[in-house]
Amino acid sequence: MENLDLISILGSTIRLSIPLIFTALAGLFTERAGVFDIGLEGKMLFSAFGAAVVAYLTGSPWLGLAAGIIVSVLISLIHGFAAITNRGNQIVSGVAINFLASGLTAVLGQAWYGQGGRTPPLATSARFTEIVFPFASELRGTGFLGRFYANVISGHNILTYLAFLAVPASWWVLYRTRFGLRLRAVGENPGAVDTAGISVTWLRYRATICAGILCGCSGTYLAIAQSAGFVKDMSAGKGFIALAALIFAKWRPVPVMLACLLFGFLDAFANFMQGKTLPGIGEVPVQIFQALPYVLTCVLLAGFIGVANAPKAGGVPYVKER
Amino acid sequence: MSTASVPLPNWITYGLMPFLSLLTAFLISGGVVWFIGESPLDAVTLLLQGALGNGEGIGFTLYYATNFIFTGLSVAVAYHAGLFNIGSEGQAYLGGLGAALAALALDNYVPWYVTMPFAVLGSAAFGALWALIPAWLQAKRGSHIVITTIMFNFIGAALMVYLLVHVLIVPGKMAPETRVFLEGGQLPKLGWLIALFGGKIGAAPFNMSFLISLFMCFAVWLLIWRTKLGYEIRTLGANPTAAAYAGIPYVRTVMITMLISGGLAGMMALNPVLGASARLQVEFVGGAGFVGIAVSLMGRSHPLGIVLAAILFGILYQGGDALSFDMPKITRDMIVVIQGLVVLFAGALEYMYRPAIVRVWQRLGKA
Repeated sequence: MENLDLISILGSTIRLSIPLIFTALAGLFTERAGVFDIGLEGKMLFSAFGAAVVAYLTGSPWLGLAAGIIVSVLISLIHGFAAITNRGNQIVSGVAINFLASGLTAVLGQAWYGQGGRTPPLATSARFTEIVFPFASELRGTGFLGRFYANVISGHNILTYLAFLAVPASWWVLYRTRFGLRLRAVGENPGAVDTAGISVTWLRYRATICAGILCGCSGTYLAIAQSAGFVKDMSAGKGFIALAALIFAKWRPVPVMLACLLFGFLDAFANFMQGKTLPGIGEVPVQIFQALPYVLTCVLLAGFIGVANAPKAGGVPYVKER
Repeated sequence: MSTASVPLPNWITYGLMPFLSLLTAFLISGGVVWFIGESPLDAVTLLLQGALGNGEGIGFTLYYATNFIFTGLSVAVAYHAGLFNIGSEGQAYLGGLGAALAALALDNYVPWYVTMPFAVLGSAAFGALWALIPAWLQAKRGSHIVITTIMFNFIGAALMVYLLVHVLIVPGKMAPETRVFLEGGQLPKLGWLIALFGGKIGAAPFNMSFLISLFMCFAVWLLIWRTKLGYEIRTLGANPTAAAYAGIPYVRTVMITMLISGGLAGMMALNPVLGASARLQVEFVGGAGFVGIAVSLMGRSHPLGIVLAAILFGILYQGGDALSFDMPKITRDMIVVIQGLVVLFAGALEYMYRPAIVRVWQRLGKA
């Protein structure tokens, strides 16, 4: 394996993991509250579109982020209306959101800009650009640690650092606040929460709103930080990989981050390996790396790597009276 | 909610409520069309003309409907057992491999009617195989079937791309697809059926698979409502605890149901692979597995309803194609929007109108 460039692989691992971390944390909030959310992918796509359009119109990445979050929260509320208020099937609602996202963003994008579902390319000032930490360029030449500092720790956009802040923040909210305790309780035993005089409906709505905010960040990251505009179906299954990461991490915040980094690393490594050969094995097909996150998750679910216990009340609508 | 337990007559539950849901979905779709600056009425006219205006259009409509009948049946069978098979997409993809292998092996030697049974079995076997591990994980390990079938959709997609790019590709060619099957590996077109009604099939790939799909509808009806296994499947779906108490083995029933479901999804591949393009191509399923979810929901998991819903979606697909040709502002993606709205209103929000209907019904009853 000629010049395995670990630093550049790690750098792109970070870049590829960020949307996964935001999205998986979003799933963490809803699923811990007992609402299945396979519409993560759709929310991501909707918010990417919203962010790209608003950033293009206003020239401000921050307004883009706000739009991404608002759009994503609105979609979350639709999911909540179907799954919580109307006690509809949560999976079906998620499937519907994914369809809608894929269709509506493409239709509106084509109708407004006529570029095959793309939004026009954004100027640099309308995007979140890399933040270079102090002394990064000076330290780049000073061995492994210097390059690690310059290429892996420094040189990302603000959303990247926000994602890593969101992990301890989510942990704190879920495990150290009253809201978090109740949220986790409502995912395990909504009847008990109801008996305590707390509204199950309102708690679950709040959980989906949290998820909407986080998905908004991930979609925004895709559209106006990682790329310079919206591209049709740009989420490309990342919502489902995030879902896999969430299960792989057994619905806990810090392992969620680690699982996302692992899956991001697989993606980065696959990109790096394209067209290269391994000694003794030959060229490794890129599809193996694409399938690996899902295979690993299934192996975990089969019980070979510990047991993944889902929140008990997940997917079951709560009926207050019988 | 006090209205949830009020019984309603069947014509409301199976007629009026789906109709209202559908109406809502179509009205909002019309709103989207209007929003992007086209006339919804013109769009509907063009859509219906494109889908039903001539023999070729009808041929295409029924061709798409065939795909959706298979995947709709697949979702429905699992649904009767209370299982949500969201992996029909991947199972159909793998089913294509089984169908293609049969065609590749036999097309040189025998006529199509000898190849057909092998292709049917091959596609069903490969589709069922792809449902096997998720079924086992659900039955034995309690992992949610929705999650595992999603994972298997992606694993299947990666596997099929690998096979088509590295193994099944014609050496020296760039396109990741198998060689074109000879006549012995193709299903004949049903031009005569269209001609019976005075139309011309034209270039429409409407073929034998349609008849197979209708036969499977009958078979599924027989299975679900006229056999012991079907009774067990429905009991499991209605009340797993009661099923266990009645001695219906959970593991066996889940496994068999999912294998049947996967097999039906796999058979969908006959239509595009043997019936239309006469070769195995990347991403030939094209979302038909997910449309199956919508079809099954709208058809209330009954074969007759599934055929009707599949034809409706066939009309949307073929008409949508024609529409995007005549109104360039409305792309094919509009179909996906309508699909999403149908799934949302007919599926997730199916009870949205129920409280209001119950109130009206009760008031009428008192009067």
